[in-house]
Amino acid sequence: MTKVIEVRDIWQSYDDLEVLKGISFDVNEGEVKVVFGPSGSGKSTLLRVINMLTPPDRGEVLLRGESITDPNANLSKLRARIGFVFQNFNLFAHLRAIDNVSIGPRLVLGLDKEEAHEIAFQALEKVRMNDWSHHYPAELSGGQQQRIGIARSIAMSPDVILFDEPTSALDPELIGEVLQVMLDIAKEGTTMIVVTHEMGFARAVSDEMIFMDHGVIVETGTPQHFFQNPQSERAIDFLHKLEVLYGQAEAEIELE
Amino acid sequence: MTLALTLLSLAIGFVVGILLAFMRVYGPIELQLIANGYEKIFRGIPLLVLLFIFGAALLSSFMWVGSLFGALFLAGVLALALRSAAYQSELFRGSIMSVDTGQIMAARSMGMTEMQATRHIVLPQALRLSLPGWTNEYAVVIKDSSLVSAIGVSEILYNASAFFITYPALFLGIILVVAIIYFIFTYPVTKYGGESMKKRLRQHGLGGGQ
Repeated sequence: MTKVIEVRDIWQSYDDLEVLKGISFDVNEGEVKVVFGPSGSGKSTLLRVINMLTPPDRGEVLLRGESITDPNANLSKLRARIGFVFQNFNLFAHLRAIDNVSIGPRLVLGLDKEEAHEIAFQALEKVRMNDWSHHYPAELSGGQQQRIGIARSIAMSPDVILFDEPTSALDPELIGEVLQVMLDIAKEGTTMIVVTHEMGFARAVSDEMIFMDHGVIVETGTPQHFFQNPQSERAIDFLHKLEVLYGQAEAEIELE
Repeated sequence: MTLALTLLSLAIGFVVGILLAFMRVYGPIELQLIANGYEKIFRGIPLLVLLFIFGAALLSSFMWVGSLFGALFLAGVLALALRSAAYQSELFRGSIMSVDTGQIMAARSMGMTEMQATRHIVLPQALRLSLPGWTNEYAVVIKDSSLVSAIGVSEILYNASAFFITYPALFLGIILVVAIIYFIFTYPVTKYGGESMKKRLRQHGLGGGQ
């Protein structure tokens, strides 16, 4: 198995507050990793470090063996190969859905307008937003906006897509449509790192789950491991809290 | 002449204003200080005083402009434009800063360079956001261009004064006509800026009230 992402001993602090304290893990080709843990555990910071939106204090991140944390790295080139889906969607407000998706292939990958449109349209089809391609973000629901956010990442054909709590800004009835799209692309073999508390999603597609607390990886394992036999006190406690909030972590989302 | 003064001043003010705004938002500290100083100075001096300063300065070396009239006209344009640039830079700075940082992060995360993100994501939105304020700046400049009559440039008010000096009894009538002319030139622009833009901005999710 080829390693797509290697995270090597990442340390990061804001002022006196240590957010990440020596995080290391690998992500293989086609793997889906779910990162979860209490808020403030450093999950979102970790994702931002991986594509260098937040440069780490120490440590190294490799993308297919190439260091992205190297000060001499061509950041724009490497970032183009790492998709990022934001909690708050962050769509470009002045662009229609189709242009939100095609602007990356056009400006960053250097495709001409027609090719970029073609790719963007295919990406919108994948997230079932092709009927909405001429709408502005402000005219769409949160779930629709997030699906366009996902299409924007897919269109770049990245090596890996990072999801930063993609459903936590959504109303409950809109979460399903976004998770379904994520399931679809996971099934196609997309390499993904997903920060989420959607345990149903984790159970359905994740190859490995990483439980973080206070800036360290406390426990890792398969979904079965976590749902049947979690070892650490903190993981047991946190999973219990999630259960109280959302009910049993059933595979509520059906794989088609 | 009033329109020429206004449009020229606004155009120069626009270019200089955007440059200043960029210096203040993206520039190194030295450029920020220069731009801030410029803005404070030109916002702190009354237009009439600026007009006299530029008038005197250009008249003292008016040879290179070609004529007395040219020198005075240029002084009028410079005073209006450079003052407007200070206000416009404040306007653009505000709208550049109010573009959602999340969108800039999204642009960078997909591999856009800082230049590309600024050119394709920040600027188009900032310019749209600044349009309502910019129509206000147009109204201010066209009205303040009447002050240029004080240094003898023959814009509307200056021409009107030639009439009421000849017919002092008609002063109120003439000045009312002048007022109406200014109103006609400002109303369509401020109305468009106020209403139509509000609708379009809302569509783009850029605010704009109810």
